[in-house]
Amino acid sequence: MVFARNAIHSALCLAGTMLSLAVLYMIQNAPFLGFVQIIVYTGAVMMLFLFVLMLVGRDSSDSVVEVLRGQRLAALVIGLAFAVLLVGAIGGALFTAPSFGLPADEGAGGNVTGLGALIFTKYLFAFELTSALLITAALGAMVLAFAQTKGQNKRGQRATVIARLRGEHDRISPLPGPGVFATGNSVAVPALLPDGSIAPESISSIIDATPIEPFDEQLPDARALTARREGDEG
Amino acid sequence: MSPTNYLLLSALLFSIGAVGVLVRRNAIVVFMCVELMLNAVNLTLVTFSRMNGGLDGQVMAFFVMVVAAAEVVVGLAIIMSIFRTRRSSSIDDANLLKY
Repeated sequence: MVFARNAIHSALCLAGTMLSLAVLYMIQNAPFLGFVQIIVYTGAVMMLFLFVLMLVGRDSSDSVVEVLRGQRLAALVIGLAFAVLLVGAIGGALFTAPSFGLPADEGAGGNVTGLGALIFTKYLFAFELTSALLITAALGAMVLAFAQTKGQNKRGQRATVIARLRGEHDRISPLPGPGVFATGNSVAVPALLPDGSIAPESISSIIDATPIEPFDEQLPDARALTARREGDEG
Repeated sequence: MSPTNYLLLSALLFSIGAVGVLVRRNAIVVFMCVELMLNAVNLTLVTFSRMNGGLDGQVMAFFVMVVAAAEVVVGLAIIMSIFRTRRSSSIDDANLLKY
């Protein structure tokens, strides 16, 4: 698995290793852990690895050029020494130690019940911490995976102004807020453009459609209220 | 079956995973070797739990599995976002902070 050239082969070999380890757990009177190993580790984690390998790392093989000189040889030598150290330590401690009994104690009620009793009484705080960890991990994965696609659709301010000036929008500038050009409170009083004419966008279509009844007296119009005289140009 | 053999197997798996972390360049394969090391530790915990006759080792192995699963999720998300921006999943290419 470690030295396979294709990363997919590595992933499949690791999945096989995990299945074998699950069998080893079941042999040692840990059936719950064995099944959790198959379901969670092999079924979820390794499939996640395979998905990401398909997305990302399938084509990239390890470059032969060594960045640190002699690193691979040194790593092999040190790894071999480490293995010898561990095996020697464990073998020395266990083969010369007096033999111990190997009770397959599961506690009353079976393996799962015993595990549950331990998790929810003695290791309850660790359980709560791991649940917080899982929430954090899910949030982190969502932020990392979706941060790219959301941020690229936004048009900047400069691009928006250029698009407006090119005529891609209805008007160059946004409509003014209510009351900016108003000379009266009524929605029937239209806004005036800088040259004195009525702005067509400020006329409400509903009011425009209602039939007009003339008043008895002459009401002052918007031009009178703005103190413009006839012939007075902006 | 003597439990010592399981401990030896676990030690071998751990050292194989350690060699893999040091030797390989692909970020995902390095990550898989880290997972192999975690599995080796799980095997050690289960073996000791059987040797001591209690279930504490299995509970610890269970928590190690949970933490490893969460770590895989976040680590793979990081690797994916690095690959999206840099177009390379080799761990030698992420050297911007190198002096």
